[in-house]
Amino acid sequence: MTTLEHTAARPAKETDTRPFAETAETGGKATPKRQFLRDAEAHVADTGHRSFVRSALGGYYTSRDTQKARYRDWEHARDAASLAKWSAVNRLDELLEQFASRFEARGGTVHWAANAEEARSIILGLLRKAEAKAIIKSKCMTSEEIHLNAALEEEGYGVVESDLGEFIQQLRGEPPYHFVFPCMHVRRDEISTLFHDNLGSEPTDSPEELTMIARRHMRQLYVNADVGITGANFLVAETGQISITENEGNARLTAALPKMHIALVGIEKVVANLDDLSVLLPMLATAGAGQPMTCYNTLYSGPRQEGECDGPEEMHVVLLDNHRSAILADPEQRDSLHCIRCGACLNVCPIFKNVGGFTYGTTYQGPIGSVITPHLRGLADWNHLSGASSLCGACSDACPVRIDIHHHLLHNRRNAARTAPNWLEKIGHRLFVVVASRPWLFRIAGWIARHTMGLARRLKPPLVREWLASRDLPSPPAESFRTAWRRRQRSLPSPSQGSPA
Amino acid sequence: MTPAAPSSDPNPRSSRDAILGRIREALRVPAPPPHVLDRQLVTAAEPSVEPRPEGGRGFPSLSVLPAEAGRPWLPDGGATPEERLALLTDNLEKLRAVVHRCDSADEAGRVVAELARSSSWQRVAWHHDALVEPLLPQLPCEAVAVDGADGSDKRRLEACDAGLSSCELLVAQTGSILVSSRLSGGRGLSILPHVHVVVATISQIVGTLGDALEATKARHGGQLPSMLSFITGPSRTGDIERILVLGAHGPKELHVILIG
Ligand code: SF4
Repeated sequence: MTTLEHTAARPAKETDTRPFAETAETGGKATPKRQFLRDAEAHVADTGHRSFVRSALGGYYTSRDTQKARYRDWEHARDAASLAKWSAVNRLDELLEQFASRFEARGGTVHWAANAEEARSIILGLLRKAEAKAIIKSKCMTSEEIHLNAALEEEGYGVVESDLGEFIQQLRGEPPYHFVFPCMHVRRDEISTLFHDNLGSEPTDSPEELTMIARRHMRQLYVNADVGITGANFLVAETGQISITENEGNARLTAALPKMHIALVGIEKVVANLDDLSVLLPMLATAGAGQPMTCYNTLYSGPRQEGECDGPEEMHVVLLDNHRSAILADPEQRDSLHCIRCGACLNVCPIFKNVGGFTYGTTYQGPIGSVITPHLRGLADWNHLSGASSLCGACSDACPVRIDIHHHLLHNRRNAARTAPNWLEKIGHRLFVVVASRPWLFRIAGWIARHTMGLARRLKPPLVREWLASRDLPSPPAESFRTAWRRRQRSLPSPSQGSPA
Repeated sequence: MTPAAPSSDPNPRSSRDAILGRIREALRVPAPPPHVLDRQLVTAAEPSVEPRPEGGRGFPSLSVLPAEAGRPWLPDGGATPEERLALLTDNLEKLRAVVHRCDSADEAGRVVAELARSSSWQRVAWHHDALVEPLLPQLPCEAVAVDGADGSDKRRLEACDAGLSSCELLVAQTGSILVSSRLSGGRGLSILPHVHVVVATISQIVGTLGDALEATKARHGGQLPSMLSFITGPSRTGDIERILVLGAHGPKELHVILIG
């Protein structure tokens, strides 16, 4: 059983158990933390789903390693990439102004949106002005962040996601599962049924044939659309260009055929020079998807120019802040804005692979999502994500721009402990200090523990009950470590008698 | 579109100023540089604290590692024209593009004609270009110019089986083809038809992406084409179970005809 509907249908009561660390602060019903715990539990138990996701990632590991080996020095390339982003993010104000003035000099328009609400109203305003009837959209995580599709539909605009994965997710009525591989959790037979039900296609189990069904369906939509909406991976201050990375060609079509092109971009995407892309583009492809380069890396500097035979009449870039400036204000975590959204940290994360993308309940899943979501949506409600890490550091090792992801998770834990201390945890730690710093007390505590472990195993008292639900306690040792050590020392020959060999 | 249409931003200046104000406030506290292995690079990339005469901080960047220095950590771009040609061909083939080496425009014309016959193309889109035009006389099917007097019509282009274009240049390092809206027949020609055929001469091959960007800036100066696109293999997707399928939305087939 690998479907997620199965997960969602589980009665809340059954999973409404809280681990030891959690205390009274989640009195309410469906807090993000409760949802996380419930979904995580369901996913972890769903071994079919887990092995499906793992096998889907198998090819990625192989091709990523092959491509990384083509770099003469990957670590040095990471240095360069991280410095390029660092030096851009630390003079964001100048670079954004430079981008805006150079982009506008070529006939495009830049709009500044302080928050999600403002971005939605800017885009709706543009659609009204264009008298849009058909909108085509290419993959854009920023639009997921501001819930653009729902806002457009509320105003009566139909919008079609053109990226295959996003299109499948749109038909399924689900958000993306992974911000680079949106439908990596969906089996081909489910897609076949989905296309059969929605597009009237013949059932098939060939990924190739399924892709062609979507391709045929989409072609007329591109031609008929009057507005195209995209995101962007980079803004180039030097030349006033936006850069879009994609494999399918849907973003190229979205920016080529409609008469208006709108790009919604986070302010942190800016880089200083065009040349910076000669490092960042291949690294994004290699880290994110195990490719030498993503299939289409396209730079746009405005609407159709004099002497060009096609292209949109108007191009608009909407620059979105939406709490990014708040991350910027924290110098310790500022580098989380260096993220180029390659997704590598998700692909290597043991937590992601076990709990799945939906469990996070965030726009950006995985380690980087756990770092930035508390900033974007509030530490009080989202701090539990900092705990969704084994601190193994696989994410930081994978990151092409060297973001110290797992340390940021630790910082978030520290900040949460400062602002909203967990009393039970605090008392527990105090108690431990008292016991551990007094050998006689430690000995007594050890004795009690050895003699009650067996009982705890059988009785499953509260506080350890949930922990024991999926784990077992080892059998208690007969004697303490100190006793065993002393006995061992006695039985060994004394150093003066032993041979020096 | 009415000229009197109200601006879509209710109060554009204020959001711009508010965002920039927040950014400036945030940046008053500097952030330490990332933990890099090569500490020397840090000094070179550091946003200079020395204020420039016109105000603000300095503008350093990766030019600390100039393209001419070869960036000896990125994938190799080839040292000689022969190496670059071999590398490009190898990369393109790995990407499942088809490379055709031709000695002359005449031979290139025969190759394209053969492609047209074997795939029974009905219509081929093309644009006015010194490399593209010589291929047309041998075509056994209808040829549609996208930049003709009647202008580009996307419906007509959609009905074409193949698009025939030139390019700005080719990148050995990654097997990429750089097309532009100015030199490659606009935006649609290289992406909408099912097959994309690129004609180029081997003198258009450069080593690395850095070289390509540099050369493009030098060629167009301040007036870059409105679209510059690095095409690296035929369109592809892995969205279904991460299994590679070619021809997601863009061309299923990419043919590169190298003359010279
Ligand atoms: S944090 Fe690093 S590894 Fe994760 S998505 Fe961003 S750039 Fe990629």
